[in-house]
Amino acid sequence: MSGPSAQRPVLRAVLGLALLAVAAGLANALMAPSGFPNLTAAVDASLESSGVGNPVTAVLLNFRAYDTLLEMAVLAAALAGVWSLGRATPTLALRPSPVLVGLLRVLGPLFPIICGYLLWAGASQPGGAFQAGAVLATSAVLYVLLAREAGPRLPELPMRVAAVAGVGVFLAVGLAVMAAGGGFLEYPPALSKTLILAIETAAMISIAVTLAGLFLGGRPRSEP
Amino acid sequence: MSGGLLFALGGIALFAIGISALVLRPHLLRKILALNVMASGVFLILVGGGSGVQGVDPVPQAMVITGIVVSVSATALGLALVLRIARMTGHASLPEDRNRAAAEAKAE
Repeated sequence: MSGPSAQRPVLRAVLGLALLAVAAGLANALMAPSGFPNLTAAVDASLESSGVGNPVTAVLLNFRAYDTLLEMAVLAAALAGVWSLGRATPTLALRPSPVLVGLLRVLGPLFPIICGYLLWAGASQPGGAFQAGAVLATSAVLYVLLAREAGPRLPELPMRVAAVAGVGVFLAVGLAVMAAGGGFLEYPPALSKTLILAIETAAMISIAVTLAGLFLGGRPRSEP
Repeated sequence: MSGGLLFALGGIALFAIGISALVLRPHLLRKILALNVMASGVFLILVGGGSGVQGVDPVPQAMVITGIVVSVSATALGLALVLRIARMTGHASLPEDRNRAAAEAKAE
């Protein structure tokens, strides 16, 4: 296949002009005096009632918790999509490099500590379930690479449960506060820190298992 | 011009570059890369546009964290589909693109 649409200069010119128009329109909207509403003041005003001190965590898990709930659902859906395409195939039949083995020996015990710290720090500083989950997923991916010799053999059922734990706990909390008289995901201020931490812990585990499961590229090969 | 605005304008440029690659490149791996470039552009627009004289707005930051995770999982699903298509057909591009390229080669 030769260069992309090399024989169609007119179409390429039209595409270029259309893209310039899109970029100009976006830039115009961005530069408009009221183009980008700033919600910093609104978040700061109600930060006290959110249960956490970090505004980003407050937005993620309290003010706009709906977004995060749906994001966990998207993660679970992506994992279901990848796993439904077939079983994971061992693509690398190489012996794990001694560098990887040594690295994991040093870093292995540190990963859970870093995760716990990031999760706890997320309440008041930059950090939170996503960062902690990404670190945990990294450790899982390194261990999968280490075990690639025989192909990844992982417990499938616990992985499935862990992958939907985040969205499950999120929904359960949202419905429980509804039963207690509030709106959906409208935490009572006294309990909000506990509830947010519970959701974040489940979300971290789900994110880690989902990212690692996506890396496998298919269902784990534990069942015959 | 503030630094944030510069990031946002750069994000717009990345978004446009991503669209052009998405349209012009027939290889599916390149299309997935193009989608990722577009997503990075959107993240830059959100974070850059949200930082102004009042400080950095936490709402677009939270949206970008959500967006990054969604983008990663969508990329993984896309890559798994491309692998499947490549294994079943032997090509990592869509049949329409291949047919058009063949027709153009014949016309020359």
